[in-house]
Amino acid sequence: MTVSLHLSVNGRSHRLDVPACATLLEVLHEQLALTGTKKGCDMGACGACTVLVDGRRVNACLALAAQQDGSEILTIEGVARDGALHPLQQAFVAHDALQCGYCTPGQIMSALGLLAEGGPMGEALGEAEVRERMSGNLCRCGAYANIVAAILEVA
Amino acid sequence: MTPFSYTRAGSERDALRLAALPGAAFIAGGTDFLPLWKSGIAAPERVVDIARLPLDRIDVGDDTIAIGALARLADVARHPTIRHELPVLADALLASASPQVRNAATVGGNLMQRTRCFYFRGDGFACNKRTPGSGCSALLGENRLHAILGTSDACIAAHPSDLAVALVALGASLRLSSERRVPIDDFFLLPGDTPERETVLAPGELIVAVDVPRPTGRSRSAYLKLRDRASFEFAVVSAAAVVDDRRSIRLAAGGVGTKPWRLKACEAALAGAAIDEDTLPRAAALAADGARPLEGNRFKVELLQRTVHRLLSDVLLRDEQ
Repeated sequence: MTVSLHLSVNGRSHRLDVPACATLLEVLHEQLALTGTKKGCDMGACGACTVLVDGRRVNACLALAAQQDGSEILTIEGVARDGALHPLQQAFVAHDALQCGYCTPGQIMSALGLLAEGGPMGEALGEAEVRERMSGNLCRCGAYANIVAAILEVA
Repeated sequence: MTPFSYTRAGSERDALRLAALPGAAFIAGGTDFLPLWKSGIAAPERVVDIARLPLDRIDVGDDTIAIGALARLADVARHPTIRHELPVLADALLASASPQVRNAATVGGNLMQRTRCFYFRGDGFACNKRTPGSGCSALLGENRLHAILGTSDACIAAHPSDLAVALVALGASLRLSSERRVPIDDFFLLPGDTPERETVLAPGELIVAVDVPRPTGRSRSAYLKLRDRASFEFAVVSAAAVVDDRRSIRLAAGGVGTKPWRLKACEAALAGAAIDEDTLPRAAALAADGARPLEGNRFKVELLQRTVHRLLSDVLLRDEQ
């Protein structure tokens, strides 16, 4: 069974017929050729597939594509503007916040979600708060210290 | 992974009609359903999408805060009245899963999530919850994370929800689509001989809302969760305490029971007692009353007692100052 839906992905409108069982991650990869969003555990445990849906960070591997009809999706491919890196991307480069890079798209999308959420009561984010609220993103190279520093630079 | 068909319910009535069809299952946030489906544990013929039904409101009434079953965990945790009046609830939610999961997962789905027992989630193990009658691999296996309270010879899986522990301490009740109202402590079933049955929810029945009594005056509450890593992990042991104006204390624990576990013996020991450095350890020592620990999880008895002692000290002695 396929389901017809409309998705806005990185500002571009798409009308798609997706398998009823497909995840948003699979649709991004296989129907839209957007492979920047990574498949890690495929169980919601690693955060490599993090994207923004209507501005909120979610695991694309845990999102049924059929349920996303009408949503605005932002993936890592849509973060840079007019060829210029987003300040958060620049901060990741400046702080050497990666080694193999596989988790990086998810780290950046998750951090963008975090920055949009702000502090729990709207206050500025400190290091402990960033660490706690980036806990949904694993980095098996262990670049955490530099990831936190990069996020704090932009926060 | 068995393919399923997909239908979006246009109304609650529509959802109940669709759910009555053979092989139907509800999907809301999908954060537990999809891993269960990918693992071959859930294999519905059709999923009924209820995520867009208007059951996501949080209504603050004079006596009750009504939380719609489809409210997302992140939205409940940052609701100003809930943060202010029900810190035990906000803290239990913020200690749950990851920010990404909390943005998608719903309150009703959280209460319906299946156990994290790895013999249940894994492939090829005997598990009475997954395949009734097949046996329980955890009894003689790696059972460090399993329950010590409410267990049976058929199942020792721990209930995974932090939210449910807070709701038990708060004396919340669930409103179901059948117009039934069930106190949360009665919603979850002990495994007994039928560990595949986890709640009193009938097939095709839906949780509509969670009603939480609104605390009065100077009541206070807290949630304490111990886990194997700093964040994004299920509880090894957790505890929730709610103290109302008249010093009536309600306590519940997580990570230790086959359902969210109300600590009635501790509550009884504290009722009417002077709150001091002697009473608290005496009450906390009763936290594991009735426990049946196994080789791998014997440590949870003392850890639960210490967790409750620490929580009571934080909530009650701080109150005295």
